Amino acid sequence: MADVTWLWFLKQKKNKMSNQFYIQDWVKIKNGEIFNSGKLIFESTEKELNLFLKECYEFLEIKYPKFHKMDGLSKLGILGSEIIFRKNKPTKDTALVISNNASSLETDKQFQESTKTFASPALFVYTLPNIVLGEISIKYKLQSENAFFISEDFNAGLLKDYSESLLSSEKTSRVLCGWLDLQNGEYDVFLCLVSKEKNIPFSEESLKKLYCAENDKPTHRT
Amino acid sequence: MKKLYLLEDAIISPLGFSTKENIQAIREGKSGLKFQKPEFTENQFFAGIIDETLLNQVFSKIGAIEKFTKLEKMILLAVKQLLDKNKNLDLTETALILTTTKGNINLLKEPGDFPESRLKLSKLGKIVANFFGFKQTPIILSNACISGGLGLAVARGLGNSGKFTNAIVVGADLVSDFVISGFNSFQALSTEACKPFSKERDGISLGEAAAAIMVSTEKPEISNVISLIGDASANDANHISGPSRTGEGLYISIQKALKDASISAEKVGLLSAHGTATVYNDEMESIAFHRSGLQEVPIHSLKGFYGHTLGASALLESIITKHSMLNNELIASKNFGELGVSKSLNIIQSNKHKEIYYALKTASGFGGCNLALVFKAEKE
Repeated sequence: MADVTWLWFLKQKKNKMSNQFYIQDWVKIKNGEIFNSGKLIFESTEKELNLFLKECYEFLEIKYPKFHKMDGLSKLGILGSEIIFRKNKPTKDTALVISNNASSLETDKQFQESTKTFASPALFVYTLPNIVLGEISIKYKLQSENAFFISEDFNAGLLKDYSESLLSSEKTSRVLCGWLDLQNGEYDVFLCLVSKEKNIPFSEESLKKLYCAENDKPTHRT
Repeated sequence: MKKLYLLEDAIISPLGFSTKENIQAIREGKSGLKFQKPEFTENQFFAGIIDETLLNQVFSKIGAIEKFTKLEKMILLAVKQLLDKNKNLDLTETALILTTTKGNINLLKEPGDFPESRLKLSKLGKIVANFFGFKQTPIILSNACISGGLGLAVARGLGNSGKFTNAIVVGADLVSDFVISGFNSFQALSTEACKPFSKERDGISLGEAAAAIMVSTEKPEISNVISLIGDASANDANHISGPSRTGEGLYISIQKALKDASISAEKVGLLSAHGTATVYNDEMESIAFHRSGLQEVPIHSLKGFYGHTLGASALLESIITKHSMLNNELIASKNFGELGVSKSLNIIQSNKHKEIYYALKTASGFGGCNLALVFKAEKE
């Protein structure tokens, strides 16, 4: 009888564990600062976006010439992912679930401007928000599930629900999820890696807490 | 994972303002693609554009025409049709999943009386939600040309997690000067109506449409019903604007979707391809389909009827697939001439009667994304 109870307990524990996911690592890039799992790893007073992005690139010693051809949103995505994937080797099935407010509007405006003289194909390719998912996939060789959501503000509930549905249905074993916004030169990046490995429980509350940790208000509200 | 049942649907396109009109038009081989000559480019091309006078005429019965953009009117008309058929639907509980690549992007060049905020996709979501009284925050997805189909996959995933029982999934995009300039700069626009999988294909034709469908995790009390039983997306990890030469991402997404549906490739009775009619896309698809053992499956691309409706395409084409399954009919692949891809495919060349139990819808897009959806017919 005791054995049966013990087995039941193990099963419950296993069930509980299999439905629980954890945040392994996270990164935040905003207002000239980069935080990794709560720790400030880089800061700069550079106000010009492209110069700041280049400083970050050099600080991280990325060595990926393609980076310089990317638009701002893709550069931010590569910088954020690099910090996470450097410590946590990505698996081929690591899904990307990213969201923002501005879609690709920053590059859309630049492309629209170019149509007055000569429409630039190099800009046009970046006029979709999910291009950054493609850039991250190419850099880290991910042939995985992709979804780019747009929401007015950081929607922790949606990110958590959709990432969890991919993990629970075993479509993937890891998800890189978060917020990647760029408008009027202001950037707001928060990415986190979620898997079954025990760490900070993956919940709406913890996402909100981590996103807001070094953050008073989202960029587009300023 | 459980099934997602496909219920009422609506298509607003140059071929008609209801699914019924659209099905009838494509059955008769009509195309919405017409010769266009915009002022800002010397190049001529074909595109499927909705007549705005006609749209305003129909829209004026449900709202003030000057208060909404063309895209908003298309979306609102599509959703209105679904809600009219589901008067008892509780809008406080129903999810609204809106998918688009560019939304109101035409306002960037010509804002008219609309504020700049109208360019934001979250604003588009709010306008649709407020018009009808949806209470849940709309879920907005913008994932290039797989957006509309990915909306169904997202609905299935979230529905299965118990986030909602019923959802309305919408896919919509415009033929704007913005996208015309872009595809023109890529030299990707065909000078004629596009010819998917044909030897003479030389690029895409653009199109605009709004497609909407009601979906539910609960089985409806009707005798014939189509459900989504498998889905997967996969990135090529190869190039942001060109397809993989080996069709890797599309192949992976097909394998995973079939596995998710627990069926083998031989069971697929209809393959609704992406088939944009660019040289590289169609070639890539033929390779991925061959690798997946789908070369004998009757296949079509609907781009010859509608053009490439971007974010709407994969949802619009899923809706046509649903009706093909219910009506047991294979629709001919419009503008197909001689096979022009390296791997053999069983292109549907004339409309045929056929019992279809399982169908596969695929799509691919910029950013290297690919999607596969498996549908099942339950008939009595």
